[in-house]
Amino acid sequence: MDSIIAENISKTYGTVKALKEVSLTVQKGELFGLIGADGAGKTTLFRILASLILPDAGKASVEGLDPVSDYRRLRCITGYMPGRFSLYGDLTVEENIRFYATVFGTTLEAGRVLIDDIYKQLEPFRNRAASRLSGGMKQKLALCCALIHSPSVLFLDEPTTGVDPVSRREFWLVLKHLRESGMTVMVSTPYMEEAGQCGRIAFIKEGSILYSETPGRIVESFGETLYAVSSDRMHTLLDDVRSFTGIKYCYSFGDSHHFVVDESFSGEKALAGYLAGIGYGNITVKKIQPTMEDCYMKLSLR
Amino acid sequence: MGENAIEVRNLTKRFGDFTAVDHISFTVGKGEIFGFLGANGAGKSTAMKILCGLSLPTEGEGTVAGYDILKETESIKKSIGYMSQRFSLYDDLTVAENIRLYAGIYGVSDKEISPRTDKVLANLDFTAEKNTMVGSLPLGWKQKLAFSVAVFHHPKIVFLDEPTGGVDPVTRRQFWEMIYKTADKGITVFVTTHYMDEAEYCDRVSIMVDGRIEALGSPSALKSGFGANNMDDVFQKLARKAERG
Repeated sequence: MDSIIAENISKTYGTVKALKEVSLTVQKGELFGLIGADGAGKTTLFRILASLILPDAGKASVEGLDPVSDYRRLRCITGYMPGRFSLYGDLTVEENIRFYATVFGTTLEAGRVLIDDIYKQLEPFRNRAASRLSGGMKQKLALCCALIHSPSVLFLDEPTTGVDPVSRREFWLVLKHLRESGMTVMVSTPYMEEAGQCGRIAFIKEGSILYSETPGRIVESFGETLYAVSSDRMHTLLDDVRSFTGIKYCYSFGDSHHFVVDESFSGEKALAGYLAGIGYGNITVKKIQPTMEDCYMKLSLR
Repeated sequence: MGENAIEVRNLTKRFGDFTAVDHISFTVGKGEIFGFLGANGAGKSTAMKILCGLSLPTEGEGTVAGYDILKETESIKKSIGYMSQRFSLYDDLTVAENIRLYAGIYGVSDKEISPRTDKVLANLDFTAEKNTMVGSLPLGWKQKLAFSVAVFHHPKIVFLDEPTGGVDPVTRRQFWEMIYKTADKGITVFVTTHYMDEAEYCDRVSIMVDGRIEALGSPSALKSGFGANNMDDVFQKLARKAERG
């Protein structure tokens, strides 16, 4: 069954077309990822689905409710965590949760079951002002506030931005538990290894959805030959590899650089020989399998 | 003060009975890209404020760009550049106005500002946006511009506090290529990040846990020292021990 449906949604700000006839469906209980560059339209889509702004054209439905005409009922069954920290900084952790509980006609005690995992981590700081929490704790508090009324659908706009790697893993464990409980979760992220944990991912570019697919299929359909190269000097290596015949594009990737080639590429041995000739040491060039992040790079650089 | 851009010994900062930074010591060489990692709340921002001359340590000593962190904070401020993910530029000023404002604050002469602005904008491929309000630029563009502004006055050291937070994979890489070029010119780069692939791009990194530096070295030395495949594994091994939020 479909939980979220968007049909030909468009939104323009002045001369900027933020969304161009965007359509997608998210099934009930799905963990659905949105990826794309800054300004691609992810936040605009979240705001329309959460009934916070009106689309110029197109229709949406969330659990059968229209964000335009049924916004009151829709807000009772959705949770929304905006990209920017939007809780009350001068209220304590507990006061923020109680405030949101009251707004949604419930109590901390009644909503506690769903948020118990996260609330336990916050409890030692429950009397601390929200503004004085670390980045990871702020995001956990915001998630608690978005979940306090046990929504059927959860919208999370870059919830792990500014969050350290350990807290990010904890945050995603919580999301998986929520999905297992049957909640529909739509989440955007700039971290491709997080996107890889979603059931399906939509890639948005300049206001249009280029595809929505499972991470497995995205990686399978990469369709290019990908190599990794490393040497004793990594900074200048980028431009030197880029200038070699047959390299379509090359980008840094942790402890190596990745590159994609066309038919005129003369092979890894020829490249290694060329690099040794211009003074590089410890050169390794090898064919590798793409990851989600390589697929993102391919679509963005195309 | 010799060859090092930053030298600190036993740097400590207490707020009441809470020790945010707990006797940290390290040096950063000139032209080095130094990654300052740690979990949220580990004490990175507090330490960085002291290094930038914005806060005095409770204990410890050191120099930044050759100036004493206790007595010469004003000289430190003039010798460094700074950008953060949270605040960097004024949304309601144009691209060119932001540059002029910061250049003026750092004492770049009026005669210098105009040609340098044109050069910076050309390098960024931003010339067409010269008179655009910064508030209407996408985040990734803002961050690249903020970085160019932070190094506009040719500081000895540039401090970058989560410069790529929330920035997409393509723009993050463009940002790091700007960092490489800056470091290759001899400017020291001191950077925090939560992206562990970016930790690999640093010459050396330190990892803070609960106010202390628990590990310091080149990415390859840390990986072999911890028997880890990548920097994320190293980070997870260390930061899981953290006790405070």
